[in-house]
Amino acid sequence: MSRAAYDAIIVGAGIVGAACADEFARRGMRVVVVDREIVGSGATAAGMGHIVVMDDSEAQFALTRYSQQLWQALKRELPDDVEYEQCGTIWVAADEEEMVEVRRKREYYAARGVPTEVLDSQGLKQLEPNLRSGVAGGLRVPEDAVLYPPCAARFLIERAEKRGAELRLGASIVEIGEGRARLSDGSEITAGIIVNAAGTWAPEITSGLEIKKRKGHLLITDRYPGFLRHQLVELGYLKSAHSVSSDSVAFNVQPRRTGQILIGSSRQYGAEHKDVDHNMLARMLQRAAEYMPALGRMSAVRVWTGFRAATPDKLPLIGPWPGDRSVFLATGHEGLGITTSLGTARILADQISGSKSEIPIEPYLPSRTMKGIRPCLAR
Amino acid sequence: MPSQVTVKVNGTPVTVNAGATVAIAIAIAGQACRASVTGEPRGPLCGMGICFECRAVVNGERHCRSCQTLCEPGMEVETEK
Amino acid sequence: MSEGCQQRFDVLVIGGGPAGMAAAACAAESGAHVGIVDDNATLGGQIWRGRSQHETTEEAARWHTRLQAAGVTQLCGARVFHQLEAGVLLAEGANNLYELSFTNLVLATGARERFLPFPGWTLPNVMGAGGLQAMVNGGLPIGDKRVVVVGTGPLLLAVAGYLRNCGAEILVICEQASWSRLVRFGGALVGWPAKVAQALQLKKDLAGIPFVANSWPLAACGRETLESVTISRKGKRENIPCDYLACGFHVVPNIELPLLLGCRISRGYVQVDELQRTTVKGLFCAGEPTSIGGVDLALVEGQVAGLVAAGREEEARKLFRDRGKAQRFARILNQTFRLRPELRSLSSAETIVCRCEDVTYSRLHRHTSWRAAKLHTRCGMGPCQGRVCGPATQFLFQWNPDSVRPPVYPARVESLALTARREPETAQWKEASDGLEGPST
Repeated sequence: MSRAAYDAIIVGAGIVGAACADEFARRGMRVVVVDREIVGSGATAAGMGHIVVMDDSEAQFALTRYSQQLWQALKRELPDDVEYEQCGTIWVAADEEEMVEVRRKREYYAARGVPTEVLDSQGLKQLEPNLRSGVAGGLRVPEDAVLYPPCAARFLIERAEKRGAELRLGASIVEIGEGRARLSDGSEITAGIIVNAAGTWAPEITSGLEIKKRKGHLLITDRYPGFLRHQLVELGYLKSAHSVSSDSVAFNVQPRRTGQILIGSSRQYGAEHKDVDHNMLARMLQRAAEYMPALGRMSAVRVWTGFRAATPDKLPLIGPWPGDRSVFLATGHEGLGITTSLGTARILADQISGSKSEIPIEPYLPSRTMKGIRPCLAR
Repeated sequence: MPSQVTVKVNGTPVTVNAGATVAIAIAIAGQACRASVTGEPRGPLCGMGICFECRAVVNGERHCRSCQTLCEPGMEVETEK
Repeated sequence: MSEGCQQRFDVLVIGGGPAGMAAAACAAESGAHVGIVDDNATLGGQIWRGRSQHETTEEAARWHTRLQAAGVTQLCGARVFHQLEAGVLLAEGANNLYELSFTNLVLATGARERFLPFPGWTLPNVMGAGGLQAMVNGGLPIGDKRVVVVGTGPLLLAVAGYLRNCGAEILVICEQASWSRLVRFGGALVGWPAKVAQALQLKKDLAGIPFVANSWPLAACGRETLESVTISRKGKRENIPCDYLACGFHVVPNIELPLLLGCRISRGYVQVDELQRTTVKGLFCAGEPTSIGGVDLALVEGQVAGLVAAGREEEARKLFRDRGKAQRFARILNQTFRLRPELRSLSSAETIVCRCEDVTYSRLHRHTSWRAAKLHTRCGMGPCQGRVCGPATQFLFQWNPDSVRPPVYPARVESLALTARREPETAQWKEASDGLEGPST
């Protein structure tokens, strides 16, 4: 009986696939990463690159916090072009009603060891003078960070390669299962395990996956050093991310090291083409200008779109796929792919090697989506 | 119409012929228009508004292409850091 | 807050250079309601930038007169950055936003200089040849300044002549083409008596200025600004102290707007039929974006486009012969002055190729495509939107450029935010005018 060529094939060289490659290689597995384009070219190329703790659910909190701490531990090794900056996030409360939410979040995070600071209107104005006056306050989360995702993905892949991992770019996988991946040219790669980290394309090679594309728009300005210090997100962002069916925008800006401002965010279901939708863009920019009027006169250099991989319960799929013993999933991260990539890789590698994870893994198991089927863990 | 215009470049008055661009005033003042992301001094390259190397602050507004901006009396020009 | 300004035209012309002016004038003279849009304060484009004492200026003046007399609406200081919907373009000026509706559109967006990186090329006072000419035209004092002119093609001579007439001391003109090519070109000029006359005039203008072939720049030297240039001459390095370096390595067509509007591009140029029609109904293209051919070709193509757009196809057909002649000359020009491969190896590892993001040659050349390089180094992601580094990397690495997205030119955030005005039916939306406040800083 011939030995499989690799221990694991990772489909997709985005941030999640790259993190998996890095972790698997670290644990001594023989890995090959396959992508039909280049490293970090999907949602990884399009996103804002934030590393942010979220408390939408206990499971989301656990994974984002775990993963954020892994990024913090890694930061000193990240090269310059990854542009890791621990600028922190401020959740902005427009009015007193939202300040109630600020205090709730503060308590939630305090109980779980996440440092935060409640800001009143004055305090917020001092930290971010370009927010419009009249904003009620906010919650500052100092351990959140931002980075430039394609270079982060490349760093992780290169680290994996140093430990013997292989990278095949420009290779399109059309089918996976039963310990093999078949490419569009007819050739096959064999492995004990195949990890589907193909993001919005994951359903193409694992049928039955409930992943929908959630389109987003982003804009980047020319350089305005000192204009913005923290990532700013309106508390309404949560309402936007919550909705499973409608189009929405939310105020979300982020500083880049050069002083450029990234402006987001938007979410649409059912939009399949990647063209810039100028009505969504306009709505998004109007929303942003409501919070920071001075954005209006800024020079917009580029606008682009991307697709987030969204699952029905808003949690990623991390673990064995019940439909095939050799297939594992690491996908469906919606807007938290960068944040949770490192944590995803760890808990997936734990499952494969049979070790206990630092956080509960049940909420992310793919089997949760298929009632009555027991999870089938690695041999 | 006056045949000369006086603007300020980084606080120093510079007089140019009417119709001259801000890039000219900056050049006459012996300054570079801006510093690049790694701190190199930069000035106009294309002279026609497409390279964005000549960006300067004009009356408080950043990123004006100085080669495409005509000098007006009393204009305050600052080079971009 | 800037006010939107809606205008409607039978024929809208984008670009106010020779092609655009000719198209606008002809269309308007045929009775169409015509508008012309250009970024510069006055029409004329690059080649007709208010120059004096040169015969082409008379031609420029004639077209200005025709255009004005025909009642063309001139929208100067405005840049088209987006298409709102089919038949409506958005253009931004210093303090306004135009919504321009049209039945027919003539894209006469011209060309821009190609810049080739070499060590020190980012120093202030290293400029494009057309760039330095434009600056001097804009009032840059050049009297008694020492200028080195490098690059290729007749533009170098025209620029050198102009600068000298303005008082500059032209130290040398370095042409990268070989002598044998130049001699052949000279021979080919026989078929174009007007060009011969131009050439003889140039020879007079440039009397006494050293002209070398097989020569190109190796480095620009200086601390804060240019102090000297090292050129390759007869296989040897020669350092020349100077004040300005003018570099002219051809022009590349501005096809971004045609691309955005869906026109088919063939080998880097907008595909047009004999009536200057693109592959998109109602859209015409004239001048450099269809093929690099200089003023003469641009004028003919502009006239054809303007006449056809205004419904006068028969008149347009009468110009085909002139266009053919101009095309033949353009082909000879482009053949003679093709860039030689040595120019690909001028950069050192630390030479900056993308000036907006300061990306060096060594970081770029390990990538295999423009897209990969862009994503991993941010080359091309700056405000020039790849207009400088794109053609450079295409020449250096044979990378093909990306597709385009709006805005095809940097525009203010508020200009991109006003486009939602036209769809008021969703209750949650705020009106555009409510959503934006004036700048608070």
